Amino acid sequence: MSAQNDTPETSGETVKLLIDGVEIPAREGQTILEAAADAGIYVPRLCYREGLPPGGHCRICTVKVNGRPTSACTFPASEGLVLENNTDELNTMRRQVVEMLFVEGNHVCPSCEASGDCELQALGYRLGMIAPQYPYQNTTRELDASHPDVMLDRNRCVLCGRCARASRELDGKSVFGFEGRGIGKRIAVNASHGLAGTDIDAADEAVAACPTGCLLVKRQANLIPVGKRTYDKTPIGTDVEA
Amino acid sequence: MVETDVVNRIVQQFGGDRTRLLDMARAVHAELGHISEETVAALAKALDVPRVEVRDMVSFYAFFFREPHGTNVIYLCHAVVERMQGADDIARALEEATGTTFGASDPDADITLRYTSCIGLSDQAPSALVNGVPVTNLTVDDVPELVAALRGGRDITRLRQAQVGNDVRTAGQVIFAPTERGAAVRKAVTMTPDAIIEELNVARLRGRGGAGFPTAMKWKFCRQAKEDVHYVVCNADEGEPGTFKDRAILALQPNLVFGGMTVAARALGARKGILYLRAEYEYLLRDLESELDKRRHLGLLGDNICGCEGFDFDIRIQLGAGAYICGEESALIESLEGKRGAPRARPPFPVEHGYLGKPTSVNNVETLCCAARILVEGGAWFADIGTKDSTGTKLLSVSGDCTKPGVYELEYGLTVLQLLERVGAENAQAVQMGGPSGQCLARKDFARSISFEDLPTGGSVIIFGPERDLLEAMRQFTAFFAEESCGWCAPCRVGTTLLEKCLQKILDGKGTFSDLEALETLGETVKTMSRCGLGQTAANPILTTLRNFPILYADRVRSDDGVMAFDLERAKEECCSVAGRAPATGEETP
Repeated sequence: MSAQNDTPETSGETVKLLIDGVEIPAREGQTILEAAADAGIYVPRLCYREGLPPGGHCRICTVKVNGRPTSACTFPASEGLVLENNTDELNTMRRQVVEMLFVEGNHVCPSCEASGDCELQALGYRLGMIAPQYPYQNTTRELDASHPDVMLDRNRCVLCGRCARASRELDGKSVFGFEGRGIGKRIAVNASHGLAGTDIDAADEAVAACPTGCLLVKRQANLIPVGKRTYDKTPIGTDVEA
Repeated sequence: MVETDVVNRIVQQFGGDRTRLLDMARAVHAELGHISEETVAALAKALDVPRVEVRDMVSFYAFFFREPHGTNVIYLCHAVVERMQGADDIARALEEATGTTFGASDPDADITLRYTSCIGLSDQAPSALVNGVPVTNLTVDDVPELVAALRGGRDITRLRQAQVGNDVRTAGQVIFAPTERGAAVRKAVTMTPDAIIEELNVARLRGRGGAGFPTAMKWKFCRQAKEDVHYVVCNADEGEPGTFKDRAILALQPNLVFGGMTVAARALGARKGILYLRAEYEYLLRDLESELDKRRHLGLLGDNICGCEGFDFDIRIQLGAGAYICGEESALIESLEGKRGAPRARPPFPVEHGYLGKPTSVNNVETLCCAARILVEGGAWFADIGTKDSTGTKLLSVSGDCTKPGVYELEYGLTVLQLLERVGAENAQAVQMGGPSGQCLARKDFARSISFEDLPTGGSVIIFGPERDLLEAMRQFTAFFAEESCGWCAPCRVGTTLLEKCLQKILDGKGTFSDLEALETLGETVKTMSRCGLGQTAANPILTTLRNFPILYADRVRSDDGVMAFDLERAKEECCSVAGRAPATGEETP
């Protein structure tokens, strides 16, 4: 496993952080994102998933630590840190990053079966996105329907790496990885041609870990009708704030 | 199968060590010419790792071909300075002489043409790497001879243009002063590690890569990290466009570099050192290896160095495979471990958790040379040179519109204007200080001083004369960052491409004043939200010119009254070419 995915060591000592002027307790070494969540404070995030080592890919959880921007999902808590989280400046920039992800891929919300359950879409709503202000990139992305039970539509991939981490850490497989660099970076599968050549199973955590409609279980579309899906009822982050 | 045999043999040569995958891939690539999907599978099988992991690595580096290509490969440098000096004309001449085009993949071709970013020869532009051999000061007239030599199978190293000039324009007291091989190491063995670090502290030496972190502090943190193994890494992956000072150091003063690494080993208690050499400098490898051999022979490397019981240290050279981001220290470490060069999250810092998880001090080539010189001449001597917060000398790689491009070793505190006078560029319109990741200075800034307290720089100084289209140069810099973004994080991966496209739109005459605002906002977002230095500085060419040259932008945009970014005529042409006919006018005969 690569070192950058290591979860910081937790010593267990209780420390105090100041987040948007509110003092909260944290275990030393626990990530800021988790410490905030324990205190009922939501830091918007996309590539983070509970139970997986953090990736630091999406940068939406960027907070300012003693004035310096850094990702809350990777930064360890220590005594006396002063954090900015829910500020206009950061929320605007977070929204812009969400918009970048919308124009980078080819997202088809109205017809996407993940609509209403999609974390990218839900973040767009929560952060006040009306429509992406950037030009669509209209990139060509490969759709992989080779597997009998799981479909991989790279058009809807945000390169969060959650599938790769979940496959490795939770499923004990290595179905997914990255390929290429820069704007040409893509999610790749552990086979010469397509998902069918891998040992993925529809019940894998890797599939459940996908925040968008990129990884889908076949024959499950629209079993839950629009209006009754996860973020139809409450905005993303409500569970943390409850 | 041939691939499997080659792969198995090479994997065995490296003892099946997964962390040497970059070396294995390089060796396989050298033998087979490219790394096919079958080769990826064979590597994965031989190393017992998922193939997706191997593909992840090989797909990252620019110098790995994934498909068969021509027998000979010409990498023409296409960076800003090279294009200013006529690289586009060379490109056309090459296409004409070879009958192929840049980027084309023809396995049967005798010559494959590729563009590459800065190869560290901007003082001798235009330049190219031909089968790894640097050719410099190219003119259009040289092209037929070069192509004929390749086709005739002749030794291209004998060509007149196949030489790298390493004349230093100004040699200073620290880096390019005469050196006695082993002087620093012999001094180091008489000192305690703490005394060595204290000497650097007295010298107030700061890292020469650009960030300026105090070297004594870095070494102290690394030494204090409680681990059984520590590593010394020399960062010789200078990739900032317009920089070539490390090329000169490695060619002229390898002594000082390896001496500095050995001094660091003594200070940190390290037994192993690695010099990470950018792939573009592979032609320096043979001389560097021979210098290492000499040092081993003289007892300056190996066991009980200089008779000092228990002081064991040796150095290996790791070649890269084409990735600017590997100049970032944590990405460099990932690359050393045989992975894609993606920067790590920090903390933890490399001084605590570096190469193979062990405390590692990554230092710039120039910094290590300073350390070696400081041991010999003393910290106080060094602190006397330069300014209060910027002691010593700085190597500057000067290129672009000036009469005397080259490497200059100058005391910190020099003003930009003094530098321009020295290099023959008094009429400069702008100076790109610190390369694209630095800042673009206007004449109003020319009285400022080159120092950590005012204008910090890694050493790349690109000069733009009065006639240059500055914004086009900034677009090319931005495109460079988009090309070199590792893609790990969203704001850099997507934002760099959006920045380039937005600037292109303005240069195309389709921008409005609101695009200027959008450009600035986007630049700030990429700067704030990106994960590492690449993304955090990628908007600098745009942001600093928006600030320093607002009129250049204002001249290129239209007033805000409904300009359409979408080009209807071009879209129609595209449709017609796809359809193979012109649109119906209604007047056709039935």
